[in-house]
Amino acid sequence: MRELAYYEAKFEALHEIMAGDERVHLINGTFLSLSPHRHVYQELVKKYPDRIMSPPISELGFCGLATGAAMAGLRPVVDISTGSFIFEGWPQVANEAANAFSMSGGQTRVPVVFHLFHGLRGGGAAQHSASPQAMLWNNPGLEIALPSSPRDVKGLLKTAVASDNPTIFVDHVQLLEVKGEVPENDAPIPFGVADVKRQGSDVTVISTSYMVQRCLRVAEKLSAEKISVEVVDPRTLVPFDMATLMTSVEKTGRVVIVDETHQSCGVAAEIAARIAETGFDKLKAPPRRVATLDVPVPYSPPLEEYIGPREDRIIEAIRAVLR
Amino acid sequence: MTTKREKPTELVPLLRTMWLIRAFEEKVSALYAARQIVGLLHLGIGQEAVAVGTCGLLRTDDYVFGGHRSHGHAIAKGADINRLMAEIAGRATGYCAGKGGSMHIVAMEAGFVTATGVVGGTIPLALGAAFAAKETGKGQVAVVFFGDGAGQAGPFHESLNIASLWRLPVIFVCENNGYAEFTPLSAHTLVERLARHAQTYNIPSSTVDGKDLLRVRDAVAEAVRHARAGKGPAFVECLTHRLRGHYEGDPAKYRELSQLAEWKSKDPIARFIRELKRKKALSDQEVEAIEDEARDLVERAAEFAIASPWPAEEEVDSQVTA
Repeated sequence: MRELAYYEAKFEALHEIMAGDERVHLINGTFLSLSPHRHVYQELVKKYPDRIMSPPISELGFCGLATGAAMAGLRPVVDISTGSFIFEGWPQVANEAANAFSMSGGQTRVPVVFHLFHGLRGGGAAQHSASPQAMLWNNPGLEIALPSSPRDVKGLLKTAVASDNPTIFVDHVQLLEVKGEVPENDAPIPFGVADVKRQGSDVTVISTSYMVQRCLRVAEKLSAEKISVEVVDPRTLVPFDMATLMTSVEKTGRVVIVDETHQSCGVAAEIAARIAETGFDKLKAPPRRVATLDVPVPYSPPLEEYIGPREDRIIEAIRAVLR
Repeated sequence: MTTKREKPTELVPLLRTMWLIRAFEEKVSALYAARQIVGLLHLGIGQEAVAVGTCGLLRTDDYVFGGHRSHGHAIAKGADINRLMAEIAGRATGYCAGKGGSMHIVAMEAGFVTATGVVGGTIPLALGAAFAAKETGKGQVAVVFFGDGAGQAGPFHESLNIASLWRLPVIFVCENNGYAEFTPLSAHTLVERLARHAQTYNIPSSTVDGKDLLRVRDAVAEAVRHARAGKGPAFVECLTHRLRGHYEGDPAKYRELSQLAEWKSKDPIARFIRELKRKKALSDQEVEAIEDEARDLVERAAEFAIASPWPAEEEVDSQVTA
């Protein structure tokens, strides 16, 4: 099967989306952060110069503009770029876009996508490394997608733009160079369908975004010790596929959740709570979280590495639940 | 579009709409006092000329955005008063099935896209509707109403800049009632006329007596012409005054009574009636009939609302996502 780099699959999706629906406009950013592959964005701009907008640095203004344009029938896709910057547009995302459908009794649909790069990026420090998806999960009305592979970024992005809901598309710069199979003419990936990224029988590792890639490496390492790790990727937080997760949990009875949001009230905390409520009796050991430590992200490389869900910490958690 | 060619009798429907808004809000106030409506309410009694002077010039498919004090804007744009009253009463038959309430009116079929409980919150949204209008080329404009309190908020400035830069067909209508929530404007900013900000961003602007319907109408007509012609945004500052406190139940001690007494003589409805009579477009009997008819319609809207069922509990998560 054909293999693509993650960024190539993402831009293949953007080309197909732009070609397939005139209502789609791209607003701000390059969808590449600081990646050297700027040329793929430039090709897109050359093809659709009238539907790709570069607004001033006014997140409140352009997040609201995109939301209002969606209310009036367009399908804007905003690149927030660095995830921390969504805080600058927060009132329009969390208080206007997310609430509109419910608050209007279903009169107002807001088909807007807010794309952002979250997480530890290497030297981003506290103001350029946020993973705002846990806060956003605490804000009903938004859909949240987090791809972890080339195939997923293409399929999920197409579904995000087709969705009638405001959608947060959570990306990670460390994924951009990852290579993987992407079938030609692949169908969009529906939201709310988790993906078992690796089959296993001893322990279920649930992880999201870039952490899926890390967990797959860990699973490979541990297979040498005859520890069989199943890696499950929810792919979307809203809607959330509890059934696929529980099928795996019932099989293994042991759960580790690996996610890059901060530990307290983070994505891993919510998933752990749901598993405990749904299937406490299926568990042979307490679930373990491996998340980012509860500190503002430090700048210095060894400190930044220390606070994240490092491989050694994931391995330690897996061993702990297997005891 | 131009108001100059209109015969005086053609202006009478505008008086009807002003009375409908006034009667509606007085009824809301009475229902609140009687505890038949419970909720956070902001009334714009005394500001009707701005809503009617503006919306009377718009097409149904033009987009209007409001704020937390927007019952009048919705009515002026053509919202159904039964469904509006039911929404404010939190009933299932309301525009938003009881989920929005007084601050979050939406009447999509009338082109009233949304209001917001956040000061300045809809200003960027109106930009978006204007952007969509420009992209689809149907000649629509977007209008956003906001108060002087929004002029000190970030979304106001970011939006004026983008609207100007991208020449969006949006009309900013500022209701400068001199009070930002509870405090006089002078405690919030040294910029007395909000239209000065429009000048900063190269947006054509005017400041008019917002208690004079015809002055508002002239200024907005010019702004709409400008926007529809593809020349970009326009800004109309209407100097007005609300007769109620910031919210219902607000004792409003910060309002000086002498100021109130003076202002009541400038009531936009009384003033417009004087104008129509001077133009011999209206008799005393007709004036009375218009008020009676408005109060009648509102009475029926209140009966409809209060008799309507509450939303069912199982509806609570029916519209979280589409």
